[in-house]
Amino acid sequence: MPPILWRRVIILLLGLAPFAWISYATVTQQLGADPAKTIVLFTGEWTIYSLFFTLSVSPLVRFLKWRWLMPHRRMLGLFALFYALCHLFSYLVFILGLDMSRFFSELAKRPYITAGAPAILILIALGVTSTQGMMRRLGKNWQRLHKFVYLALFLGWIHVLWQVRSSYFDAVLYGVITAALLGIRAYWRWQQLQKRRAKAAMMNKSHT
Amino acid sequence: MLIQRPPRIPTSEITPEPIYQARRQFMRQSLALGSAAVAAGSVAGAVAKPSFVADADVASPAWLSQKIAGAAADTSEVNDKLTPYKHVTTYNNFYEFGYNKDDPAKHSDTLKPHPWKVEVAGEAGKTGSFNLEDILSKVELQERVYRLRCVEAWSMVIPWVGFELGSLLKQFNPTSRAKYVAFTTLKDTEQMPAQGSAFGTIDWPYVEGLTMAEAMHPLTLLAVGLYGKALPNQNGAPLRLVVPWKYGFKSIKSIVKIEFTEEQPPTSWNISAPREYGFYANVNPKVDHPRWSQATERRLPSGLFSPNIIDTQMFNGYDEVASLYKGLDLRKNF
Repeated sequence: MPPILWRRVIILLLGLAPFAWISYATVTQQLGADPAKTIVLFTGEWTIYSLFFTLSVSPLVRFLKWRWLMPHRRMLGLFALFYALCHLFSYLVFILGLDMSRFFSELAKRPYITAGAPAILILIALGVTSTQGMMRRLGKNWQRLHKFVYLALFLGWIHVLWQVRSSYFDAVLYGVITAALLGIRAYWRWQQLQKRRAKAAMMNKSHT
Repeated sequence: MLIQRPPRIPTSEITPEPIYQARRQFMRQSLALGSAAVAAGSVAGAVAKPSFVADADVASPAWLSQKIAGAAADTSEVNDKLTPYKHVTTYNNFYEFGYNKDDPAKHSDTLKPHPWKVEVAGEAGKTGSFNLEDILSKVELQERVYRLRCVEAWSMVIPWVGFELGSLLKQFNPTSRAKYVAFTTLKDTEQMPAQGSAFGTIDWPYVEGLTMAEAMHPLTLLAVGLYGKALPNQNGAPLRLVVPWKYGFKSIKSIVKIEFTEEQPPTSWNISAPREYGFYANVNPKVDHPRWSQATERRLPSGLFSPNIIDTQMFNGYDEVASLYKGLDLRKNF
Protein backbone atom coordinates (compact mmCIF):
# COMPACT_ATOMS: atom_id res chain seq x y z
CA MET A 1 0.00 0.00 0.00
CA PRO A 2 1.42 3.43 -0.84
CA PRO A 3 2.13 5.70 2.16
CA ILE A 4 -0.69 8.08 1.26
CA LEU A 5 -3.24 5.31 1.79
CA TRP A 6 -1.68 4.27 5.08
CA ARG A 7 -1.88 7.81 6.28
CA ARG A 8 -5.44 8.12 5.12
CA VAL A 9 -6.44 5.04 7.12
CA ILE A 10 -4.59 6.25 10.20
CA ILE A 11 -6.18 9.72 10.06
CA LEU A 12 -9.60 8.17 9.49
CA LEU A 13 -9.22 5.96 12.57
CA LEU A 14 -7.84 8.77 14.70
CA GLY A 15 -10.67 11.04 13.61
CA LEU A 16 -13.27 8.43 14.49
CA ALA A 17 -11.68 7.60 17.84
CA PRO A 18 -13.47 10.38 19.81
CA PHE A 19 -16.77 9.32 18.28
CA ALA A 20 -16.09 5.69 19.16
CA TRP A 21 -15.16 6.66 22.70
CA ILE A 22 -18.26 8.77 23.37
CA SER A 23 -20.48 6.08 21.83
CA TYR A 24 -18.90 3.41 24.01
CA ALA A 25 -19.20 5.60 27.13
CA THR A 26 -22.84 6.29 26.30
CA VAL A 27 -23.78 2.67 25.77
CA THR A 28 -21.97 1.56 28.92
CA GLN A 29 -23.58 4.44 30.86
CA GLN A 30 -20.39 6.10 31.99
CA LEU A 31 -21.51 9.64 31.28
CA GLY A 32 -23.03 10.35 34.68
CA ALA A 33 -26.21 12.16 35.60
CA ASP A 34 -26.54 14.29 32.48
CA PRO A 35 -25.23 12.32 29.48
CA ALA A 36 -27.02 14.65 27.05
CA LYS A 37 -25.02 17.67 28.14
CA THR A 38 -21.77 15.69 28.15
CA ILE A 39 -22.35 14.46 24.59
CA VAL A 40 -23.29 17.90 23.29
CA LEU A 41 -20.23 19.47 24.92
CA PHE A 42 -17.91 16.72 23.72
CA THR A 43 -19.02 16.81 20.07
CA GLY A 44 -18.87 20.62 20.11
CA GLU A 45 -15.32 20.55 21.44
CA TRP A 46 -14.26 18.06 18.75
CA THR A 47 -15.77 20.28 16.05
CA ILE A 48 -13.48 23.09 17.18
CA TYR A 49 -10.47 20.76 17.51
CA SER A 50 -11.09 19.40 13.98
CA LEU A 51 -11.18 22.95 12.64
CA PHE A 52 -7.90 23.68 14.44
CA PHE A 53 -6.31 20.62 12.79
CA THR A 54 -7.68 21.53 9.36
CA LEU A 55 -6.43 25.09 9.52
CA SER A 56 -3.04 23.98 10.85
CA VAL A 57 -2.27 22.09 7.64
CA SER A 58 -1.22 25.11 5.54
CA PRO A 59 1.10 26.59 8.20
CA LEU A 60 2.68 23.16 8.83
CA VAL A 61 3.26 22.61 5.12
CA ARG A 62 4.77 26.06 4.80
CA PHE A 63 6.89 26.24 7.93
CA LEU A 64 7.86 22.59 8.47
CA LYS A 65 7.61 21.48 4.82
CA TRP A 66 5.20 18.67 5.81
CA ARG A 67 3.97 18.44 2.26
CA TRP A 68 2.56 14.95 2.86
CA LEU A 69 -0.16 16.52 5.01
CA MET A 70 -1.72 18.50 2.18
CA PRO A 71 -3.74 15.67 0.60
CA HIS A 72 -5.34 14.89 3.99
CA ARG A 73 -6.71 18.33 4.67
CA ARG A 74 -10.07 17.52 3.13
CA MET A 75 -10.65 14.60 5.47
CA LEU A 76 -9.79 16.75 8.48
CA GLY A 77 -12.29 19.33 7.29
CA LEU A 78 -14.93 16.66 6.82
CA PHE A 79 -14.37 15.55 10.41
CA ALA A 80 -15.16 19.09 11.52
CA LEU A 81 -18.45 18.80 9.64
CA PHE A 82 -19.08 15.32 11.05
CA TYR A 83 -18.66 16.45 14.67
CA ALA A 84 -20.66 19.64 14.02
CA LEU A 85 -23.58 17.52 12.78
CA CYS A 86 -23.25 15.18 15.79
CA HIS A 87 -23.27 18.31 17.99
CA LEU A 88 -26.42 19.67 16.31
CA PHE A 89 -28.30 16.36 16.35
CA SER A 90 -27.42 15.51 19.93
CA TYR A 91 -28.64 18.99 20.96
CA LEU A 92 -31.89 18.54 19.02
CA VAL A 93 -32.59 14.98 20.14
CA PHE A 94 -31.06 14.67 23.61
CA ILE A 95 -31.53 18.19 24.98
CA LEU A 96 -34.65 19.45 23.21
CA GLY A 97 -36.36 16.09 22.67
CA LEU A 98 -36.91 17.16 19.04
CA ASP A 99 -39.19 20.02 20.10
CA MET A 100 -38.58 22.12 16.98
CA SER A 101 -40.64 25.12 18.12
CA ARG A 102 -38.32 25.35 21.11
CA PHE A 103 -35.33 25.04 18.83
CA PHE A 104 -36.40 28.07 16.79
CA SER A 105 -37.22 30.15 19.85
CA GLU A 106 -33.81 29.27 21.36
CA LEU A 107 -32.15 30.11 18.04
CA ALA A 108 -33.73 33.56 18.09
CA LYS A 109 -33.35 34.24 21.81
CA ARG A 110 -29.89 32.91 22.63
CA PRO A 111 -27.07 34.86 21.01
CA TYR A 112 -24.58 32.00 21.40
CA ILE A 113 -26.88 29.66 19.46
CA THR A 114 -27.52 32.36 16.87
CA ALA A 115 -23.75 32.60 16.41
CA GLY A 116 -23.20 28.84 16.22
CA ALA A 117 -25.91 28.07 13.66
CA PRO A 118 -24.35 29.89 10.67
CA ALA A 119 -21.02 28.21 11.46
CA ILE A 120 -22.68 24.82 10.97
CA LEU A 121 -24.36 26.03 7.76
CA ILE A 122 -20.96 27.10 6.43
CA LEU A 123 -19.44 23.71 7.27
CA ILE A 124 -22.32 21.96 5.47
CA ALA A 125 -21.79 24.10 2.36
CA LEU A 126 -18.06 23.40 2.41
CA GLY A 127 -18.62 19.68 2.94
CA VAL A 128 -21.03 19.44 0.03
CA THR A 129 -18.57 21.23 -2.28
CA SER A 130 -15.53 19.27 -1.11
CA THR A 131 -15.50 16.74 -3.98
CA GLN A 132 -13.10 16.84 -6.96
CA GLY A 133 -16.06 17.37 -9.30
CA MET A 134 -17.25 20.37 -7.33
CA MET A 135 -13.74 21.82 -7.26
CA ARG A 136 -13.60 21.61 -11.04
CA ARG A 137 -17.09 22.99 -11.51
CA LEU A 138 -16.62 25.94 -9.18
CA GLY A 139 -13.16 26.83 -10.48
CA LYS A 140 -11.86 30.02 -8.91
CA ASN A 141 -15.01 30.43 -6.84
CA TRP A 142 -14.20 27.23 -4.97
CA GLN A 143 -11.30 28.88 -3.16
CA ARG A 144 -13.37 31.97 -2.46
CA LEU A 145 -16.15 29.83 -0.99
CA HIS A 146 -13.79 27.76 1.13
CA LYS A 147 -12.27 30.88 2.72
CA PHE A 148 -15.54 30.94 4.71
CA VAL A 149 -13.98 28.29 6.95
CA TYR A 150 -12.22 31.19 8.70
CA LEU A 151 -15.59 32.72 9.51
CA ALA A 152 -16.88 29.34 10.71
CA LEU A 153 -13.98 29.04 13.17
CA PHE A 154 -14.43 32.62 14.36
CA LEU A 155 -18.16 32.05 14.94
CA GLY A 156 -17.34 28.80 16.74
CA TRP A 157 -15.12 30.75 19.09
CA ILE A 158 -17.84 33.38 19.67
CA HIS A 159 -20.23 30.49 20.41
CA VAL A 160 -17.87 29.32 23.18
CA LEU A 161 -17.08 32.82 24.47
CA TRP A 162 -20.74 33.74 24.89
CA GLN A 163 -21.36 30.71 27.06
CA VAL A 164 -18.65 31.53 29.60
CA ARG A 165 -20.02 31.22 33.12
CA SER A 166 -17.48 30.23 35.68
CA SER A 167 -14.17 30.06 33.82
CA TYR A 168 -12.58 31.82 30.87
CA PHE A 169 -10.04 29.02 30.38
CA ASP A 170 -11.51 27.35 27.27
CA ALA A 171 -12.53 30.65 25.70
CA VAL A 172 -9.05 32.10 26.18
CA LEU A 173 -7.28 28.94 24.95
CA TYR A 174 -9.48 28.65 21.86
CA GLY A 175 -9.19 32.39 21.29
CA VAL A 176 -5.39 32.28 21.28
CA ILE A 177 -5.30 29.34 18.83
CA THR A 178 -7.98 30.92 16.62
CA ALA A 179 -6.13 34.25 16.61
CA ALA A 180 -2.87 32.48 15.68
CA LEU A 181 -4.43 30.47 12.84
CA LEU A 182 -6.32 33.43 11.40
CA GLY A 183 -3.45 35.83 12.13
CA ILE A 184 -1.03 33.78 10.00
CA ARG A 185 -3.45 34.06 7.07
CA ALA A 186 -3.79 37.78 7.54
CA TYR A 187 -0.01 38.10 7.60
CA TRP A 188 0.37 36.02 4.45
CA ARG A 189 -2.23 38.12 2.70
CA TRP A 190 -0.42 41.30 3.76
CA GLN A 191 2.90 39.88 2.47
CA GLN A 192 1.28 39.01 -0.82
CA LEU A 193 -0.08 42.52 -1.22
CA GLN A 194 3.34 44.03 -0.42
CA LYS A 195 4.97 41.83 -3.05
CA ARG A 196 2.36 42.73 -5.62
CA ARG A 197 2.80 46.40 -4.85
CA ALA A 198 6.60 46.16 -5.14
CA LYS A 199 6.22 44.35 -8.43
CA ALA A 200 3.83 46.99 -9.73
CA ALA A 201 6.27 49.73 -8.67
CA MET A 202 9.09 47.94 -10.48
CA MET A 203 6.97 47.62 -13.60
CA ASN A 204 6.13 51.33 -13.48
CA LYS A 205 9.80 52.20 -13.12
CA SER A 206 10.87 50.09 -16.09
CA HIS A 207 8.18 51.70 -18.25
CA THR A 208 9.30 55.28 -17.63
CA MET B 1 -28.56 23.98 113.11
CA LEU B 2 -27.56 23.34 109.64
CA ILE B 3 -29.86 24.81 107.09
CA GLN B 4 -28.95 23.82 103.62
CA ARG B 5 -30.45 25.59 100.68
CA PRO B 6 -31.59 23.42 97.86
CA PRO B 7 -29.50 24.03 94.70
CA ARG B 8 -31.03 26.68 92.50
CA ILE B 9 -32.31 25.28 89.24
CA PRO B 10 -32.42 27.83 86.46
CA THR B 11 -35.80 27.91 84.76
CA SER B 12 -34.10 27.15 81.46
CA GLU B 13 -33.17 23.70 82.76
CA ILE B 14 -36.68 22.77 83.74
CA THR B 15 -38.32 20.62 81.12
CA PRO B 16 -41.74 22.00 80.23
CA GLU B 17 -44.59 19.67 81.07
CA PRO B 18 -45.87 18.96 77.53
CA ILE B 19 -42.39 17.78 76.55
CA TYR B 20 -41.86 15.42 79.45
CA GLN B 21 -45.37 14.11 79.09
CA ALA B 22 -44.73 13.46 75.43
CA ARG B 23 -41.44 11.80 76.29
CA ARG B 24 -43.14 9.50 78.79
CA GLN B 25 -45.70 8.54 76.21
CA PHE B 26 -42.92 7.93 73.69
CA MET B 27 -41.12 5.67 76.16
CA ARG B 28 -44.28 3.68 76.80
CA GLN B 29 -44.85 3.28 73.09
CA SER B 30 -41.24 2.31 72.53
CA LEU B 31 -41.51 -0.35 75.19
CA ALA B 32 -44.70 -1.68 73.69
CA LEU B 33 -43.20 -1.60 70.21
CA GLY B 34 -39.99 -3.17 71.44
CA SER B 35 -41.76 -6.10 73.05
CA ALA B 36 -43.91 -6.49 69.96
CA ALA B 37 -40.78 -6.51 67.82
CA VAL B 38 -39.09 -9.05 70.05
CA ALA B 39 -42.23 -11.14 69.84
CA ALA B 40 -42.09 -10.88 66.07
CA GLY B 41 -38.50 -12.01 66.13
CA SER B 42 -37.01 -8.74 64.94
CA VAL B 43 -35.17 -6.00 66.76
CA ALA B 44 -36.73 -3.00 65.05
CA GLY B 45 -37.10 -0.26 67.64
CA ALA B 46 -38.69 3.14 67.55
CA VAL B 47 -35.28 4.83 67.34
CA ALA B 48 -35.31 7.76 64.93
CA LYS B 49 -33.46 7.24 61.68
CA PRO B 50 -33.55 8.71 58.19
CA SER B 51 -35.68 6.95 55.57
CA PHE B 52 -33.13 7.18 52.80
CA VAL B 53 -29.67 5.87 53.59
CA ALA B 54 -27.03 5.35 50.91
CA ASP B 55 -24.82 2.30 50.96
CA ALA B 56 -21.69 4.44 50.87
CA ASP B 57 -18.64 5.15 52.97
CA VAL B 58 -18.15 8.80 53.76
CA ALA B 59 -15.27 9.51 56.13
CA SER B 60 -16.59 11.44 59.12
CA PRO B 61 -15.97 11.45 62.87
CA ALA B 62 -18.02 8.93 64.84
CA TRP B 63 -19.97 11.59 66.77
CA LEU B 64 -21.21 13.07 63.48
CA SER B 65 -22.02 9.77 61.80
CA GLN B 66 -24.00 8.72 64.87
CA LYS B 67 -25.88 11.98 65.03
CA ILE B 68 -26.78 11.80 61.35
CA ALA B 69 -27.82 8.16 61.63
CA GLY B 70 -30.24 9.25 64.37
CA ALA B 71 -31.89 12.06 62.40
CA ALA B 72 -35.68 12.05 62.39
CA ALA B 73 -37.07 10.78 59.11
CA ASP B 74 -38.91 13.09 56.74
CA THR B 75 -42.51 12.07 57.22
CA SER B 76 -43.95 14.41 54.61
CA GLU B 77 -45.27 12.82 51.47
CA VAL B 78 -42.49 12.51 48.89
CA ASN B 79 -43.96 12.62 45.40
CA ASP B 80 -40.69 13.17 43.56
CA LYS B 81 -38.41 10.37 42.52
CA LEU B 82 -35.11 10.72 44.35
CA THR B 83 -31.98 11.35 42.31
CA PRO B 84 -29.64 8.39 42.93
CA TYR B 85 -26.81 8.95 45.43
CA LYS B 86 -24.22 8.27 42.74
CA HIS B 87 -25.44 11.22 40.67
CA VAL B 88 -25.95 13.55 43.63
CA THR B 89 -22.31 13.03 44.58
CA THR B 90 -20.65 13.08 41.13
CA TYR B 91 -22.49 15.89 39.34
CA ASN B 92 -21.62 19.06 41.22
CA ASN B 93 -20.95 22.73 40.71
CA PHE B 94 -18.29 23.52 43.29
CA TYR B 95 -15.89 25.69 41.36
CA GLU B 96 -13.39 25.79 44.21
CA PHE B 97 -12.42 22.29 42.97
CA GLY B 98 -12.64 22.75 39.20
CA TYR B 99 -14.98 23.78 36.45
CA ASN B 100 -16.36 20.45 35.20
CA LYS B 101 -19.26 18.70 36.85
CA ASP B 102 -17.11 15.72 37.80
CA ASP B 103 -14.15 17.78 39.08
CA PRO B 104 -15.45 18.27 42.65
CA ALA B 105 -15.91 14.51 43.16
CA LYS B 106 -12.44 13.86 41.75
CA HIS B 107 -10.49 16.70 43.31
CA SER B 108 -12.04 17.57 46.69
CA ASP B 109 -9.93 15.15 48.74
CA THR B 110 -7.80 18.13 49.70
CA LEU B 111 -10.63 19.60 51.80
CA LYS B 112 -10.32 18.85 55.52
CA PRO B 113 -13.83 19.23 56.97
CA HIS B 114 -12.86 18.12 60.50
CA PRO B 115 -12.20 19.79 62.83
CA TRP B 116 -14.24 22.77 61.58
CA LYS B 117 -15.02 26.14 63.09
CA VAL B 118 -17.70 28.63 62.17
CA GLU B 119 -17.30 32.29 63.00
CA VAL B 120 -20.47 34.11 64.00
CA ALA B 121 -20.26 37.88 63.71
CA GLY B 122 -22.20 41.10 63.28
CA GLU B 123 -25.48 42.30 64.73
CA ALA B 124 -26.03 39.66 67.39
CA GLY B 125 -25.81 39.38 71.16
CA LYS B 126 -23.61 36.32 71.01
CA THR B 127 -20.74 36.19 68.53
CA GLY B 128 -17.46 34.32 68.31
CA SER B 129 -15.91 31.22 66.87
CA PHE B 130 -17.74 27.94 67.42
CA ASN B 131 -16.75 24.33 66.87
CA LEU B 132 -19.03 22.41 64.53
CA GLU B 133 -19.55 19.85 67.29
CA ASP B 134 -20.80 22.53 69.70
CA ILE B 135 -23.13 23.97 67.08
CA LEU B 136 -24.61 20.55 66.34
CA SER B 137 -25.01 19.70 70.02
CA LYS B 138 -27.65 22.43 70.28
CA VAL B 139 -29.86 21.42 67.36
CA GLU B 140 -32.00 18.46 66.35
CA LEU B 141 -31.10 16.80 63.07
CA GLN B 142 -33.83 15.84 60.67
CA GLU B 143 -34.13 14.46 57.20
CA ARG B 144 -35.72 16.66 54.52
CA VAL B 145 -36.35 15.63 50.94
CA TYR B 146 -36.02 18.75 48.78
CA ARG B 147 -35.97 19.55 45.09
CA LEU B 148 -32.79 21.33 44.04
CA ARG B 149 -33.15 23.54 40.95
CA CYS B 150 -29.88 24.71 39.43
CA VAL B 151 -29.83 28.03 37.58
CA GLU B 152 -28.44 26.01 34.64
CA ALA B 153 -31.91 24.46 34.17
CA TRP B 154 -31.29 21.01 35.61
CA SER B 155 -32.68 19.71 38.87
CA MET B 156 -32.37 16.89 41.39
CA VAL B 157 -34.31 15.54 44.38
CA ILE B 158 -32.12 15.04 47.44
CA PRO B 159 -32.75 13.72 50.97
CA TRP B 160 -30.73 16.13 53.09
CA VAL B 161 -29.91 15.70 56.77
CA GLY B 162 -29.73 18.97 58.64
CA PHE B 163 -31.54 21.43 60.89
CA GLU B 164 -33.53 24.60 60.47
CA LEU B 165 -31.17 27.53 60.11
CA GLY B 166 -33.58 29.65 62.17
CA SER B 167 -33.22 27.36 65.19
CA LEU B 168 -29.48 28.06 65.19
CA LEU B 169 -29.63 31.78 64.42
CA LYS B 170 -32.01 32.39 67.36
CA GLN B 171 -29.35 31.10 69.74
CA PHE B 172 -27.06 34.02 68.82
CA ASN B 173 -29.73 36.59 69.80
CA PRO B 174 -29.67 38.71 66.64
CA THR B 175 -30.34 42.40 67.39
CA SER B 176 -33.08 44.49 65.80
CA ARG B 177 -30.49 45.82 63.36
CA ALA B 178 -29.93 42.35 61.87
CA LYS B 179 -31.78 42.56 58.53
CA TYR B 180 -29.70 40.08 56.55
CA VAL B 181 -27.54 37.03 57.10
CA ALA B 182 -24.29 36.77 55.13
CA PHE B 183 -22.43 33.49 54.59
CA THR B 184 -18.83 32.84 53.56
CA THR B 185 -17.19 29.68 52.20
CA LEU B 186 -13.67 28.66 53.18
CA LYS B 187 -10.91 30.38 51.25
CA ASP B 188 -7.75 28.29 51.19
CA THR B 189 -5.93 27.43 47.97
CA GLU B 190 -4.28 24.46 49.72
CA GLN B 191 -7.64 22.88 50.45
CA MET B 192 -9.47 24.35 47.44
CA PRO B 193 -6.89 24.34 44.64
CA ALA B 194 -9.05 25.79 41.86
CA GLN B 195 -9.32 29.04 43.85
CA GLY B 196 -5.84 29.64 42.41
CA SER B 197 -7.07 29.52 38.78
CA ALA B 198 -6.32 32.68 36.82
CA PHE B 199 -9.30 32.16 34.52
CA GLY B 200 -12.14 32.01 37.06
CA THR B 201 -14.91 34.58 36.98
CA ILE B 202 -15.50 34.54 40.74
CA ASP B 203 -13.58 36.39 43.43
CA TRP B 204 -12.92 33.98 46.27
CA PRO B 205 -14.11 33.37 48.89
CA TYR B 206 -17.61 32.54 47.70
CA VAL B 207 -20.16 34.65 49.55
CA GLU B 208 -23.95 34.45 49.75
CA GLY B 209 -26.76 36.04 51.71
CA LEU B 210 -30.41 35.89 52.71
CA THR B 211 -32.85 38.33 54.21
CA MET B 212 -33.56 37.66 57.87
CA ALA B 213 -37.08 36.50 56.99
CA GLU B 214 -35.71 34.03 54.43
CA ALA B 215 -33.11 32.77 56.87
CA MET B 216 -35.71 32.23 59.61
CA HIS B 217 -38.14 30.42 57.30
CA PRO B 218 -38.67 26.84 58.48
CA LEU B 219 -37.82 25.49 55.00
CA THR B 220 -34.31 26.95 55.16
CA LEU B 221 -31.87 24.29 56.22
CA LEU B 222 -28.27 23.97 57.25
CA ALA B 223 -27.27 20.51 56.06
CA VAL B 224 -24.53 18.27 57.42
CA GLY B 225 -25.49 15.14 55.52
CA LEU B 226 -27.36 13.60 52.61
CA TYR B 227 -28.78 10.14 52.09
CA GLY B 228 -28.24 9.41 55.80
CA LYS B 229 -24.47 9.93 55.56
CA ALA B 230 -22.20 12.89 56.27
CA LEU B 231 -21.87 15.35 53.37
CA PRO B 232 -19.15 14.26 50.98
CA ASN B 233 -16.60 17.04 50.38
CA GLN B 234 -17.93 17.70 46.87
CA ASN B 235 -21.39 18.44 48.29
CA GLY B 236 -20.14 21.11 50.68
CA ALA B 237 -18.81 19.32 53.76
CA PRO B 238 -19.12 19.77 56.62
CA LEU B 239 -21.85 22.42 56.71
CA ARG B 240 -23.86 23.95 53.86
CA LEU B 241 -26.99 25.95 53.28
CA VAL B 242 -30.04 24.49 51.51
CA VAL B 243 -32.71 26.96 50.36
CA PRO B 244 -35.03 24.86 48.21
CA TRP B 245 -37.04 27.68 46.59
CA LYS B 246 -33.95 29.45 45.26
CA TYR B 247 -31.50 28.53 42.52
CA GLY B 248 -28.79 26.20 43.74
CA PHE B 249 -26.02 28.77 43.78
CA LYS B 250 -27.67 30.43 46.82
CA SER B 251 -27.09 27.24 48.83
CA ILE B 252 -23.50 28.06 49.77
CA LYS B 253 -21.17 25.20 50.70
CA SER B 254 -18.46 24.58 53.34
CA ILE B 255 -19.50 27.57 55.45
CA VAL B 256 -16.87 29.17 57.72
CA LYS B 257 -18.64 32.40 58.60
CA ILE B 258 -22.17 33.58 59.38
CA GLU B 259 -22.66 37.31 59.83
CA PHE B 260 -25.75 39.30 60.77
CA THR B 261 -25.81 42.53 58.77
CA GLU B 262 -27.94 45.63 58.48
CA GLU B 263 -27.20 46.13 54.76
CA GLN B 264 -27.81 43.65 51.95
CA PRO B 265 -24.57 41.64 51.72
CA PRO B 266 -22.71 41.15 48.41
CA THR B 267 -23.20 37.75 46.72
CA SER B 268 -20.64 36.07 44.45
CA TRP B 269 -22.61 35.46 41.24
CA ASN B 270 -24.23 38.86 41.46
CA ILE B 271 -20.78 40.45 41.62
CA SER B 272 -19.58 38.30 38.71
CA ALA B 273 -22.55 38.99 36.38
CA PRO B 274 -25.15 41.34 37.87
CA ARG B 275 -27.33 41.24 34.75
CA GLU B 276 -27.65 37.46 35.01
CA TYR B 277 -27.83 36.71 38.74
CA GLY B 278 -29.73 38.73 41.30
CA PHE B 279 -29.62 38.76 45.11
CA TYR B 280 -32.94 36.94 45.49
CA ALA B 281 -32.47 34.25 42.81
CA ASN B 282 -35.89 32.74 43.52
CA VAL B 283 -36.77 29.93 41.10
CA ASN B 284 -39.07 31.64 38.59
CA PRO B 285 -40.13 30.10 35.24
CA LYS B 286 -41.25 33.51 33.97
CA VAL B 287 -37.91 35.27 34.30
CA ASP B 288 -35.38 33.78 31.86
CA HIS B 289 -31.67 33.83 32.37
CA PRO B 290 -30.38 36.12 29.58
CA ARG B 291 -28.68 33.13 27.95
CA TRP B 292 -31.20 30.34 28.46
CA SER B 293 -34.84 29.69 29.31
CA GLN B 294 -35.94 28.98 32.87
CA ALA B 295 -39.42 27.79 31.84
CA THR B 296 -38.44 24.12 31.96
CA GLU B 297 -35.81 22.02 33.62
CA ARG B 298 -34.20 18.64 33.03
CA ARG B 299 -34.71 16.45 36.08
CA LEU B 300 -31.62 14.32 36.53
CA PRO B 301 -30.77 11.67 35.72
CA SER B 302 -32.14 12.46 32.28
CA GLY B 303 -32.39 9.69 29.72
CA LEU B 304 -30.98 10.22 26.24
CA PHE B 305 -33.94 9.42 24.03
CA SER B 306 -36.56 10.58 26.49
CA PRO B 307 -35.08 13.75 28.00
CA ASN B 308 -36.69 14.21 31.39
CA ILE B 309 -37.98 17.72 30.68
CA ILE B 310 -40.50 19.09 33.21
CA ASP B 311 -42.07 22.51 33.73
CA THR B 312 -40.32 24.64 36.30
CA GLN B 313 -42.57 25.71 39.19
CA MET B 314 -42.68 29.16 40.77
CA PHE B 315 -40.54 29.05 43.94
CA ASN B 316 -39.59 25.52 42.81
CA GLY B 317 -43.04 24.44 43.99
CA TYR B 318 -42.59 25.75 47.55
CA ASP B 319 -45.55 28.15 47.44
CA GLU B 320 -45.49 28.69 51.20
CA VAL B 321 -42.66 31.20 50.78
CA ALA B 322 -44.69 33.49 48.48
CA SER B 323 -45.73 35.67 51.44
CA LEU B 324 -42.07 36.62 51.99
CA TYR B 325 -42.13 38.55 48.71
CA LYS B 326 -45.46 40.39 48.93
CA GLY B 327 -45.24 43.72 47.12
CA LEU B 328 -41.84 42.91 45.61
CA ASP B 329 -41.51 43.01 41.80
CA LEU B 330 -39.86 39.64 41.17
CA ARG B 331 -38.97 40.63 37.62
CA LYS B 332 -36.80 43.47 38.89
CA ASN B 333 -35.70 41.64 42.02
CA PHE B 334 -34.72 38.43 40.24
